[in-house]
Amino acid sequence: MKYYLKTKFKIEYLLFLSVCFLIIRCNDTSEAYKPGQIQKINPESESYLKHEEIAVSPPPFSDGVFPCNDCHAFRKPNPVRRKLEWHEDITDIFNHDSENRWCLDCHDLIKRDSLRLASGKLLDFKESHKLCGQCHGDKLRDWKVGVHGRRTGEWNGKKEYYLCVSCHNPHSPKFKPIKPEAPPFREDEEIK
Amino acid sequence: MKKPVNYSGRRKFLKNLSLFAVGSLALSGCGPVTMKEFLQKNFRTLSKKEKDEIIKDLEKKYTAKYGKEFHVTDEPAADGVEFGYALDLSRCVGCRRCVYACVKENNQSRDPQIHYIQVLQMEKEKGIDFAHSDVHYNPELVPEEGYFYVPVQCQQCRNPQCTEVCPVKATWQEPDGIVVVDYNWCIGCRYCMAACPYGARHFNWGEPTIPADEVNPETHYLGNRPRMKGVVEKCTFCIKRVRNGKYPACVEICPVGARKFGNLLDPESEIRYILANKRVLVLKQELNTQPRFYYFFGV
Ligand code: SF4
Ligand code: SF4
Repeated sequence: MKYYLKTKFKIEYLLFLSVCFLIIRCNDTSEAYKPGQIQKINPESESYLKHEEIAVSPPPFSDGVFPCNDCHAFRKPNPVRRKLEWHEDITDIFNHDSENRWCLDCHDLIKRDSLRLASGKLLDFKESHKLCGQCHGDKLRDWKVGVHGRRTGEWNGKKEYYLCVSCHNPHSPKFKPIKPEAPPFREDEEIK
Repeated sequence: MKKPVNYSGRRKFLKNLSLFAVGSLALSGCGPVTMKEFLQKNFRTLSKKEKDEIIKDLEKKYTAKYGKEFHVTDEPAADGVEFGYALDLSRCVGCRRCVYACVKENNQSRDPQIHYIQVLQMEKEKGIDFAHSDVHYNPELVPEEGYFYVPVQCQQCRNPQCTEVCPVKATWQEPDGIVVVDYNWCIGCRYCMAACPYGARHFNWGEPTIPADEVNPETHYLGNRPRMKGVVEKCTFCIKRVRNGKYPACVEICPVGARKFGNLLDPESEIRYILANKRVLVLKQELNTQPRFYYFFGV
């Protein structure tokens, strides 16, 4: 019950504190995930691939947002679904079944630096593909064998995988249209 | 006294004369080709020593021309490897990233322009229909509502018509399935272009131009080494990369992961998984070209 208690004063005070802390943390370069740094994950034993480990890209956090606890340690957890007073960049675009889901369907209420499976099991951000796979099992299966998603490296050896969230914004996952490269100059060699 | 006509001598003379004429014609038409290059044999009949010498000469020539240290290899096909390709039609958004990654990797001429990959835009309502496809689409954003995209490049046919018609055997299929061209042996007759049902072969109508700062100096003799005017070229699945274990350039660049590549003889490869588990098709199946390039629906 104690998490449910809140007073307006407390909330504002905590907000102020967390903003201060965020500003301090922004200059700190010792984040857990750096862009371009390769993390190793262990695919489950049912993996179709021969390789013990596959390398995946690090989670694509926006600047200064991780670890979440830098701010959330000073906020009282509130499990009630509501309009947030923070994270507008996310709430504005959120359309991942937004009618039925919100933050705490994937993020843990207490352990802010973890994701949370429906079973209650906590998950590191670098294993977010397992979270996506709860609903999109067919895609996860194809991703593991190298058929869904993009990968680079060797066709017969070491590959780098990209996490689901490297291509799909988890809060707005549909692939966005992009600008095409220039069309070819000549007409004479197209197949008709 | 009238001398008897030495028929065989005269014939020999005429033959030599015409050879000389054809030779000098060819030489004048093909830009800076040395006599040594002109007399070079078909790649497949060269000895190891001859190949090494030719490759060394080429490296020197390209290094001088582009001001960058060039490497040319003749890495042969590996045992137990047959390359296959699969492209996910349900994912391709028609962004043409693959087209230009290919141009860069394979040193295609920028002007006159050569593209190994043509991305065809087709109407969803019509299905795969080459006659009504458009390669010049250019909207602000892709994919466009109501359309899908079919990138076409060399299908590395098991039964290639292009190699069949070549009158001088300048193009052939390698043991790993890649159809290659010996640019030095190609006479530029373009029979192969007429024979290929996929428009996959391209002719250098002019002296190819590649900006020196964009040229790729890591090359293969049968692939991405710079070409000359008057020869035919085509996609080789990035022979330089794939024979070194790497994915082709188009596979790596594709932002939606529509392009898949691997060893058809390895039952655990991505490509075999696709063939076993997805809906797969080949283009112009009725022609019996038996492509190693498959299209599939990943969803
Ligand atoms: S890069 Fe990928 S999505 Fe873009 S046109 Fe090529 S195959 Fe299609
Ligand atoms: S697609 Fe054309 S160029 Fe490629 S192997 Fe088949 S016939 Fe030859």
